[in-house]
Parts: sequence; structure tokens; C-alpha cells
Amino acid sequence: MAIKRKSKQLKWRRKHLLGLRELNAEEITYILDTAKGFELISTRSVKKAPPLRGKVVVNLFFEDSTRTRNSFALAANRLSADVIEFTKKTSAVSKGETLLDTARNLEAMGIDIIVIRHSAGGAPKLLSRNINACVINAGDGFCEHPTQGLLDVYTIRKIKGTLDGLKIAIVGDIAHSRVARSDMWAMTKLGAEVIFVGPPTLMPTQVRRLPVSVSYSLDEVIEKVDVINMLRIQFERLGGNPFPSVREYSHYFGLTVERMKRAKPDILVMHPGPINRGLEMESEVADGRNSVILEQVTNGLAVRMAVLFLVNQAAAQGD
Amino acid sequence: MNSELLIKNGRVIDPANGVDTECDVLIIDDKIADVGKIEKPAQKVIDATGKLVTPGLIDIHVHFREPGDEEEETIASGSSAAVAAGFTSVVCMPNTKPPIENETDVEYIHRKARQARKTHVYTMGAITKKREGVELAEMGFMAEAGAVGFTDDGRGVQDQSVMLRALKYADMFDVIVAQHCQDNGFAGNGVMNAGYYSTILGLPGIDPLAEEAMLWRDIQLVKKTNVRYHALHISTSGSVELIRAAKKDSLPITCEVTPHHLLLTDECCAEYDTNYKVNPPLRSAKDIEALKEAVAEGLIDALVTDHAPHLQSEKELEFLAAPFGIASLECVLSLYVKALIEPGILAWPALIRLMAEKPAKIIGVDKGTLGVGKQADVTIIDPKAEYEIDVNKFRSKSKNCPYHGWKVTGMVEKTIVGGEIRYEA
Amino acid sequence: MKVILDSEQIEQILNDLAGRIISESPRELDIAVIGIRSRGEVLAQRLSGRLSQQFGKNVPYGTLDITLYRDDLNSPQGTVQPQVRTTEISFDIDDKIIILVDDVLYTGRSARAAMDALIDLGRPRAIKLAVLVDRVGREFPIQADYAGYKSDAAPGQLVQVFLSESDGKEEVVLE
Repeated sequence: MAIKRKSKQLKWRRKHLLGLRELNAEEITYILDTAKGFELISTRSVKKAPPLRGKVVVNLFFEDSTRTRNSFALAANRLSADVIEFTKKTSAVSKGETLLDTARNLEAMGIDIIVIRHSAGGAPKLLSRNINACVINAGDGFCEHPTQGLLDVYTIRKIKGTLDGLKIAIVGDIAHSRVARSDMWAMTKLGAEVIFVGPPTLMPTQVRRLPVSVSYSLDEVIEKVDVINMLRIQFERLGGNPFPSVREYSHYFGLTVERMKRAKPDILVMHPGPINRGLEMESEVADGRNSVILEQVTNGLAVRMAVLFLVNQAAAQGD
Repeated sequence: MNSELLIKNGRVIDPANGVDTECDVLIIDDKIADVGKIEKPAQKVIDATGKLVTPGLIDIHVHFREPGDEEEETIASGSSAAVAAGFTSVVCMPNTKPPIENETDVEYIHRKARQARKTHVYTMGAITKKREGVELAEMGFMAEAGAVGFTDDGRGVQDQSVMLRALKYADMFDVIVAQHCQDNGFAGNGVMNAGYYSTILGLPGIDPLAEEAMLWRDIQLVKKTNVRYHALHISTSGSVELIRAAKKDSLPITCEVTPHHLLLTDECCAEYDTNYKVNPPLRSAKDIEALKEAVAEGLIDALVTDHAPHLQSEKELEFLAAPFGIASLECVLSLYVKALIEPGILAWPALIRLMAEKPAKIIGVDKGTLGVGKQADVTIIDPKAEYEIDVNKFRSKSKNCPYHGWKVTGMVEKTIVGGEIRYEA
Repeated sequence: MKVILDSEQIEQILNDLAGRIISESPRELDIAVIGIRSRGEVLAQRLSGRLSQQFGKNVPYGTLDITLYRDDLNSPQGTVQPQVRTTEISFDIDDKIIILVDDVLYTGRSARAAMDALIDLGRPRAIKLAVLVDRVGREFPIQADYAGYKSDAAPGQLVQVFLSESDGKEEVVLE
């Protein structure tokens, strides 16, 4: 049995995880490798380990989200941390207590890690500059959703072995998608080729300056890709009407059984959830053999445990 | 006994009278008595050797927040800041709370200014009631009370028929109509320039089209009405092209530019520092180039600040939620030195033209010159003095300024308003 | 630096440990070997090979990562940062006699962490600790059931184990 020699190890220094744009490939790989070590906890009978015992994690969610919030809460619990749920619905213009005041008040109660989801891009960064606790970005405006990006590449790496050389399509409302951006950074840094697919009205204005290619035709792209990530059409976020009808959108950009026939047989079908069945993809595809949507959720737990563990480590080691 | 003030041996720059020479300026009481080589002694003498002696600088675009937001700035604190920055006259924008929309509002501003006794303070009045863009405000009464322009600044007048009506109505009074060009259909809820950075920062962008579409529309209306029009704080290369064509057609259009649109790009927003959140937003390097060319070509008529004070607590929010505005009144001269003099785009006489003579003409006041018999508003500048910008030394109540720590050149030594030295370094 | 055990001596100690384990373990009970990452796993593999041979039946081995159970996670480290690796135990540990294997038993903290990790995985019938080197300096009340070489190295000294599968050479040195 050959045991790999211990190579010079990365020292994880970041006490915040704000986005994937500022991480390099080595750091992203380190998180994925760490996540591997946490997978077992979710499957064995005692689903707990002690590294965050005595630590307090706050889920500070200013936007609706049961799935990400629960995923983080469960991840924190598995590491023996105490979790406080703090949901606050605000519009983009802060009414009442400001974001910083809310965070400072929480900090005064003695918390260690803040997991924040906010509708304003840059809100996690604002927090990280002004408080001592660790900050993990659970989604800020349409800037980044780093743990989703990480669990997406983790899922791909687990099945395909590596992302190097893979062609990955991301389909949907790219302009308003933080998942698309985080995926783009993680995937391109790990060597994949990313293609954004969607109608021109849902592409960001300067998309040509991003490290991706663009296509307005799913039919053209479906045969070429190894992985396809279908984004959720978020009706609540769409201003004006960027496409005439749901019917027309799913005709051109829905992942149908028909389109799947032309795809590579081992293509991975992904979706950050929750799925609008019949809109982004047909039920048979969502439940089909190429779908790894549920694995994404499972992997999400391991990845979030890894992230909580690492930022806590960095904080414990001091500045 | 008349009071005398003699400024000796300075480089007197008075573009309105074609003067750029080393000589002296004699002030008696509140008027300029003589300009030239003056040998006779005077009560008080200022030695201006090595310094520039210019007409008092005029900033035709400031926000002094009074009435309504006096914690951010008042006319007293704002004009203290202005006089320390070399300005002898400023023009307030009417987007106060309540807005300036009748003669009592205008008189209020004037009274507060008199009480402060720092600079001359003029004000523009709103074009529409409550700046809502629907009904015209009482332009007549405001003009009679001394308003020097009309604008809904902070917003553009969205409805083209209302804007047409406003221009037609303003034709009765020789008062300029100024526009903050922003078509809300294109601007949406943008908070920074729509570009590469807004895309990766995940922030909604304000497309340059928002400014250019309204500017284009207004130019067509000016063609129709031939009423004097002023484009506030233009920021894009597209706007420059529109101005260029309009001036070629000899339309009565003037425009102004701010220092941040000559010095900073949208890349500055990359860390979500709200000190860089401003409207119109910081644009691209290409736009800066076009604006600098426009200045060199003589297309720009005034250099202003758009001084927009906000408290730290107001700016310490998520980028999406923070108010727009940069407060740079107190360092603006050195900023224009950095943007225009140092790279050789303008020489001092041309700069003074754009900071005194031409602004005065735009607002129709008899200032911006050192002619004999004119009001003695004089600024004495040390063009070589170097210093580091320190927002904590600002006299303004607000410190939302992104230039803190910048090493710059060009300091005001003295500011003389109506013959009185109201600021000394 | 002094070599305190060479490859022959290491071989001898392992044989000796295996012999003692066999003589003390009832044949009818299930027994398995689990090594503590990372050199413990090498020793575990070797031991399981010897035990399987002697017993005539398969004695499985697994690898235990104790990073999550260390008691020094929340205090400033030095230059070494623990990396979370995987625990790979493909068998059920319930009701088995688990031989926990490590290269050096010193303060006893790693063994404590290993036992906590093991108990979260199931309920073994018994845990026995087997180590290649047993040095003085316990900080916890933990003893090895099967100790190889007994070292009285002083606190400032380092006892370093090198094994051919992981390090390319076979020796134990004292620095």
C-alpha cells in the first residue's frame, strides 16, 4: 500500500469565506479535500464530531431560504456548535436597524461565526470589515454564493475525478445569478471550460469580459458538454419581463427528455434547487439517471462543515 | 476712512480681462480699485510673491443640505469649508428638504448665508414642484428673489412634455435651466456604472445610456426653444460627443464636470467602499479620457465639485443601500491640479477660467473677474505647495471623501470676499 | 541524532506484538486493527497481515483520522496546521475487539482523541492500544496494552518513526 508523502501543506489563513473570486485553485482544492474528511460523519450512526463545540454560529438570513439555512444549521450542529437562527426580511433600503448595528448587537452576545445571506452584494464584505466574528457568505445579491459553487465542483470532482478539461454549461438567468458567478470562478480555476447559456436579455451586460463563452442556444450546446447546471428562474427577482412567457422560455432553454437524448450518455445534470419542475427541466430528467441533484445536497453538508471548520481554525490561530 | 488692501507681486491671472502677469491688485473697501504696478503704500499689504492672484473661485454645484439635513451640513459649515477652499461664491442645489421651490425658500438660503458671513451663497430653484417632475414650480418668484438657475438635481425630469414646458416657461426669465441627465428607464435601480465591475460585484448598474438618452432629448428641446441650458456633471464619452455636436450647432448649451469623473474609475468600487458611490457613477478609463479631451478642447464650461456631504453612519451601509455622494469641497483645487494641470491638459489661466469666469457667466452674476470697479472677491493660491489630504481637518460636517491620504499640490493661501480676508491658511 | 531502532528491530517488535495479541485474544471473537493516521495506518496494515496469517482468518484493518477530535483545535498552533483527512473503516466495529495502533505513545492525547472518534463510529467490545514506541511523559491516564520499545527520552527530544511505505526508510530516531 503506497501512502502519499505529505507534501508541503497549504496553511488556511482565511477567517472569512466571502467569495470564490479571491481564492486560488490551491485553496479551492484544499477545501474540497477537507470536505472529503467530513463525508463520513453524515452517514455513520453518531452524526456529530466535536471541533466546534462551544462555538456559536448565527444564521443571519435577510432573504428567504429554507434549504441553505437548514444545510448550514445542520452542518454547524454536526460539528457540535450552537446555532442561532436570525431571519429578517428587509427591502433593499434598510429600514430600522442597519446591517452593521444588527451584527454588532449579535457580536456583543458572544458569537463566533456569522453565516449571512443578504440581497445586497458586498454585505458580507461590509460585515467582515467591521466585526471580529468569522463571516461566511451564504449568498449576497447577485454577487456570489461560494458554498454552492464549492459543492457544485465537489460533486463534479467526486464523480468525474477532476474538472480539468471538462466542458460545463450553466443555463438560465445568468445576469441575476450568484450561483453562476461562483460556479464560474471555481470551475475555471480548476481547469474547466464554462459556457453560459440563456436568452440575451438574461446575460450580464459585460459577459464577454468574463472567462466564459456564451450561447443563446441550448440545442447547440447540449451535445458538447460533460456537465449541465440548470439555474432556477427566480420570478421574484425578475424586473420587467425579460422573456415573453414561461412557455417560450422552457421551449428554448428547458432541459427536456428530448434534448437529453442528444447529450453525452454520462453527462451530469445539476440544479441548485428548488426545481421548478417543467420549467427548467422535465420531471423525468430531474429524477433520471444522469441527475446528481440530490448528491449536491448531500455534498453541500460536507462542504459547509469543511468551511465552518476551516474559518474557525483560522480565527483560533489568530491574526 | 476707506480700508485698503494691497496684494503685491503675485502672478495675477484674470482671463476675463486677458491678464496673466506679475503685478499688484489694490482693493479699497469692497471693490477692486486698481490692477497693475502699484507703488504707493497701503494700509494692509499682502506679499503674494510666487503665488497666484485670481478672481474668487466659484463652485456652481454644491449641496449644503439646509433646510432638512442639517446634521450632514449647514450653509454655515458648508460655506466655511468653501471659503477655506478658495471659493468666494457657491451655488446650492435645491434638493433640500423641503426643496427650494418658491421665493421664501430662496430668501431663506440668502439669509442663512448672510448670517454665516463666509462666501456669497446663491441657490438654484426646483424646476418642478417637490422635484416630482409633474408640475412647474414658481420659477418667476424664485427668479425675482435671486435664484440663479432651475434644476431638479438629484433627479432628471423624466417626462419630455414637462421638460419642454419648463424650457418654454423659463424663456421669460433670463435664468438657466440645468439638468441632472438620468433617464430612469435605463438607470433602473443601479448603484454604480454598468460594466465589468458591476457584473462581478453583483450590483445593479447604471448604463451610460441613462445619461446620454436624456441629454440627447434635451438637446432636441433646446434646438426647438433656444433657451439657455446647462448639463450638470456629465460623465460619459457619449455625452461628450453630444455636447460637441450641440456646440458645433451653436446651441446655447453649457456643461460642467466634477473632479471624480476625471480621476476615478468604477474599478474603485471593487471593495464595496461606499465613499466611491456617487451619481452619476464613476465610469471607465475611456470616459475619463474623453472628458479630459473635452476639457482641453474647451467643450467644458465649468469645473465644479458636486459636494455631497453624508454622515459616516449613513455611508456605513451595504453598497446597495448607502446614499450617493462625494464631499470634496475642501481639496478640490488640488484635485483639478492633479487631473488637469499636472498632465499638461490645462494651464493655470484656462483652469481659472473654468473655475471663476465661465461659471459666473453661466449663472449670470457679475463676478469671476478682477476688473476695476468689480466686487473684490479674490483668491490667492500657492501653486507649488504640497500637502496630504486629511479628511479629519475638513471644516465640513461630513467626511465622506475618497481622497483621504492623497498627496497633492496646490493650496489656497487666502480667500478675500468683498474686500474682507475671510480665510487665511 | 541517534538511531534507536533499525529495520530489523522494528520487524522483531511487530512480530512480538502480534504474538502477544494472539495469545491474549480468544479465537472465537472478532478482532480488527485500526491505525491512527498517519503512520499508525502502516503499522495497522502490517499487524493485520501477521494476525490474519496466525489466526488463519481475515483480520481487517482500517484507518482513523483523529483531526476532528483533537483537543488543541481551538488554540493557536505553531507552524503545523492539522489537515482533515478521511477515516476509512470498511467494516462494522460493533462488538469487535479493536486493536488501536499508533507509532508513538507519548502524552496520551492522540489516544484519547482516537477513542472518542472510535466511539462515535460504533460500540466495540473492547479497545486495546498497541504502539511501536512507548515513551515517558503521560499527560493523561492512558497506558498501552501492547507496547514495543520503551523510551525514556526527555521532554525536549523528538522520537521520530520512519516506515518504508510512508517515508522510504525503516528506522526510529531520537533527536
